[in-house]
Formats: sequence, structure tokens, C-alpha cells
Amino acid sequence: MSAARTTTPPPASSAPAGPKDPVDPTWSGGARTSSGGRLKKTGVYALLSIGLLVMAAPFLWMGLSAFKTDRDLTASPPVWIPTEWTFEHFGELLDRLDVPLYFFNSLTVAALVTLSNLVFCSMLGYALAKLRFGGRNRIFALVLAALMVPGNLMLLPLFVLMSKLQLIDSYAGLILPFAAQAFGVFLMRQFMQSIPDELLEAARIDGAGEWYIFWRIAMPLVKPALATLSILIFLGSWNNFVWPLIATNDPGKYTLPVALATFATDPNQSDGSNGMLMVGSLLIILPVLLVFLVLQRHFTQGLATTGLK
Amino acid sequence: MSTKTEPVADAAPVKTGPGTHSPPGARDHRRQRPVAVQHVAGWLFSTPFLVLFAVFMALPILATLIMSFTDFGLRNVTDPFSAEFIGLENYTKLFDDEKFLKALFNTAYFVVVGVPLTVGLGLVAAVLLNSGIDRARAFFRVGFYAPVVTSIVAIAVVWRFVLDPSDGLIAGLASEVGLTSPDFLGSEVLAMPSLIVMAVWRNLGTVMVLFIAGLQAIPPDVREAARLDGASTWQEFRRITVPLLRPTMLYTSVITTIGYLNVFEEPFVMTQGGPSDSTLTVSLSMYREGFNFFHMGYASAMAYVLFVVIMAITVLQLRLLKDNTK
Repeated sequence: MSAARTTTPPPASSAPAGPKDPVDPTWSGGARTSSGGRLKKTGVYALLSIGLLVMAAPFLWMGLSAFKTDRDLTASPPVWIPTEWTFEHFGELLDRLDVPLYFFNSLTVAALVTLSNLVFCSMLGYALAKLRFGGRNRIFALVLAALMVPGNLMLLPLFVLMSKLQLIDSYAGLILPFAAQAFGVFLMRQFMQSIPDELLEAARIDGAGEWYIFWRIAMPLVKPALATLSILIFLGSWNNFVWPLIATNDPGKYTLPVALATFATDPNQSDGSNGMLMVGSLLIILPVLLVFLVLQRHFTQGLATTGLK
Repeated sequence: MSTKTEPVADAAPVKTGPGTHSPPGARDHRRQRPVAVQHVAGWLFSTPFLVLFAVFMALPILATLIMSFTDFGLRNVTDPFSAEFIGLENYTKLFDDEKFLKALFNTAYFVVVGVPLTVGLGLVAAVLLNSGIDRARAFFRVGFYAPVVTSIVAIAVVWRFVLDPSDGLIAGLASEVGLTSPDFLGSEVLAMPSLIVMAVWRNLGTVMVLFIAGLQAIPPDVREAARLDGASTWQEFRRITVPLLRPTMLYTSVITTIGYLNVFEEPFVMTQGGPSDSTLTVSLSMYREGFNFFHMGYASAMAYVLFVVIMAITVLQLRLLKDNTK
């Protein structure tokens, strides 16, 4: 169940590194400075701006609605900017939903999933890229096959298994199925391949053990890749919904998305109050959006590196 | 495991042959130990992944298949091995089950309309972003990609409000120009298209980023040559860009199709499959049968039907799009 849904790499065996510089000089560089070119450029900007407006509108609507009074929320025609800014829905939501607890659950699970993937995916990625051992190609084929399997296929027996292991409503139950994701192995293998063999050979000649070489020589060299992997895995876990929905019955163990979905689909709890729901959504989306804006280069680079050809 | 004399040949079926990294003469002294050690290290490094894979993926995949031939029910959750084999009964029942057939149809609808829209708009966004603009490029790219990284549950909650017939954004905008907004999610006809629009909005960023990478891999001289030969912008797009992007197009179509075939969260949060099952998808139907009614054998059969469909479509897409490259 590699359910990092935002980023599934391709079944490719080798991929060139993605474009390093996002503002690559493009093909139509200096060739078009005529007035027709300028007109075309204006058109491009206009289209892009309209697109961006459509993309951003739901976010803006959410962010602004979270601070509206009930009168503004039901106003017709709609009010974009709250006539009166209020935090009342924040208080209301916190009264009904133990947001700090769910936040903590989500954070703990995501952090532990990320940590275990950093170690396990790097280990196998390194072995697949740099160690010669019998069965290597078969293991790589297994990793690629695992990438193609839809997560939904495993849900039913996984639930039975976790019940038998008494891991329903436990962090372990939420973490274990995602502790070593095929996607991460694939990503790390791509990056580990760029380490020069001579360096590892030299260490071997100096008598370094294989673990030492991996941990002290290879890992520091792929720090940017580790950053990319952390972000993608953390995010996948933070946003993960289906498995936590199934693996938790005790509301005290819900993650944020499960808590919000349960709250939103149960009219008894939320009484259809859009104000509270927008606050809940904002609290899930905002941290991720901020992290994304700061580190966006890692996202697109990770995608481009694993996702090309 | 491997012998000491000639370990390289049989212990390491790898691309780089022996001796590529050291001069042939010096090889025998150095290599013998490292290769044997690497063999052990390789397997030790693979162990955590392999164990987790075996327990939480391989075993469940097999178990789903076996369960789909049994009457696995609630009591079997505590006592799995007392489930009885009923042969193909679950599968035959499935294809008489109007609800499931409807779910199958709805999922197909979602894919057939959603995938071309997502891939098409993603391509348009990528081409626009790559058409020589330099100012605000990163800004636009971040904006288009942002929905991808956000929680689908939160997004679905927001969109439910945007589409709300009385207080929603669209209803409000419609009333401003004197129109009344339909009840998007309450209408059997409009509910599914509404979910599709939201899915396109959310996923086109992924496709766009992949297309941008693909576009930048096209050698500039190819375009230059076309332009010197007097190709118009449209001809250049049609005859150069699109054919050279075919591998990316193939890949984006495949991953988008797989994702959309599994569609679950959107109907779960926004419509609960309604109205009158018009947005019930295969995954949602499987979830309900399995975890609300605990008809787990029956739900396993659904999971496998979906899996087979996914595999078949993926293979088909690989065939179709590959044949055209020549």
C-alpha cells in the first residue's frame, strides 16, 4: 500500500535527472521580440492569470470564509471579504472537535512514517544502485510491481490482520503498512546511482564496512534527495485518508482528515455549519500549503526526477 | 554463500561486469572479499523492505484473492479460517448486482470524462508556462500545483461549500447575474460532473509538472529547424511538441487513469454516493460492503474485479499509445 497518492513514480527503470534549473532558458528565448511576439505573450499571461484565478478561488473562499460571521456566510450575493472578521468558528470547532489531539496524531504518524522510510528506502535504494548481489534485479522488479498495485486491493485482509494483531486504534497499525514504500525506494535508487563508484571502492579498500560506507559516505551525498523524500512521504501520510479511516474506531486515535470527514458527513455534529467546516479545512490545508510554498522546488524536482520517461 | 575463487560470475548478475572499475591485473586481490561481503550486505539492506512488503502487501494481495472465493463475514474477522469456500458465487452475484453495475458505470464515467480533461488541461498549462514567458513563471507553477499537495478530504469539504445551492460561491455568483444555481450535488445528472470538475482542478498540477519536464527535454534545435522551415506555432505544436511528448502523455494518462479508477474520497465526503447512487463508485461500494456491512468476501471480489480492470486498461493504454510512436 504505497498510497502517496500525490506522487506515484513511473514503471521506468532508469530516468535522467530532472531539469536542475526551473528557469531554463527556453527555446523561444530571443527569437520572438516582434510586436506579434509581444501580443502573444500578453495572451499567454492573460490565459495563465485566468487559470490561476480559478485554481486559487476555492482556497481564497475557504480562507476568507473561516473568518466570516454566519450572516456573511449566508449572504447573497456572496461576500468575499468578511464585513466583520471573527474567530467565533474557531472556538466553536475547538469545542466540538479535539483538534490539537488529531493534529498530534497526524503529526506523530507522519513523522514516524517519514523516519522509517528515510532509513529503509535509502537502504534498499542504495543496495539496488550500488551493491552487487544475487537477486538484485528480481528485488527491483518487485519494487516496480509494488508501485503498480492499487492500495485498495489490500484493505480488507489488512484490516483483518491488524485486528488479529490487536493493532486497530494504535499508531503502529497506522504506520506499519506505510513504513517502507516502493515509491521511496525507487526515488532513492535514482539518486544513489549518481554517487561515483570510485568513492565507494576507495572506502572499501581503506577497509570500511558496508554499513559505514552507506551511512557515512552515501547518505550525506544524497541529502537533497532525502529532503525531497521526507517532504513527499510526510505529505502522503498527512493527507492519507482511507487506511486511517479503516484502522481507527476510537475517535481518540483519529487523524485530522478522518476527524474532519467524520465531522463533515455527520449532520448531528456539524449541523451543516460551513463556518466550522472551513476552519477545519483551513487547519489541515494551511500548514501543508505553507511548507509547500517554502520548499516547492523539492516537490517539482522529486516529481520530475522520478516521473520522466 | 558464494565461493572464494570466482564469485563475480554467478553471485552478481549485474549490468556492470567485473573489472570495469579496476584494472584487470589488480582485480583478483581486491574483488574477492568485497563481492561476497556485498552479497550479504545487499540482502541485509533489502530485509526491512522485503519483510514489510511480504506482511503488509504480498500477503494481503493473496488473502484478498482467497477471501473473494469465501463467505467471509463479520464473525471471521476474529476467526478468519472458519470462512467457507463458496467458489465463484461472489463473482456471479456481483454481475447481477445492479448497485455494483451502477458503481462500475459511474467509475467508468468518471475516468472517461475526467482523464482526457485532466491530461488535456495539464498539457495546455504546461505549454503556456513553457512558451517563453519568464516573469512569474514559478509563481504560476506553484499556483497550479498547490491543490495537488492538499488533503483531498479538506478539499472536498471546501468544494461542497463552493457548490452549495443556497450559500455557495457559485450560487452567489449566479444570483448576482440574475440566475439561480442548480443544486449541483443534489442532482442525479449534475453530481458526477461536479465531482469530475473538482478532480480535474485538483490533479491537473501533477500532469502539468510532468509535461513541463517533458517539454524541457525536447532539444531546442528541433524547434529551431521547424521554425526555419516556416512552421507556424500551431504546426510546431502539432508536429513537434505533441509527438515528442508521447512518452510523457502515456505516463500521465496511465497514472491519472489508475488514480481515477480508485476514486473514493470525493464521493465519500461530498455526496456519500448519492443522490440515488449516481456517484457511487466501485471503491466506495467496496468500502461499504466490506466495512459497513462486513460482507468481506463479497467486497474482496469487488476489489479484484477493479484490480483486473485496472491492469487491463493499463496494458491497453501502453499498447495503444506505444504503437503510434512510429
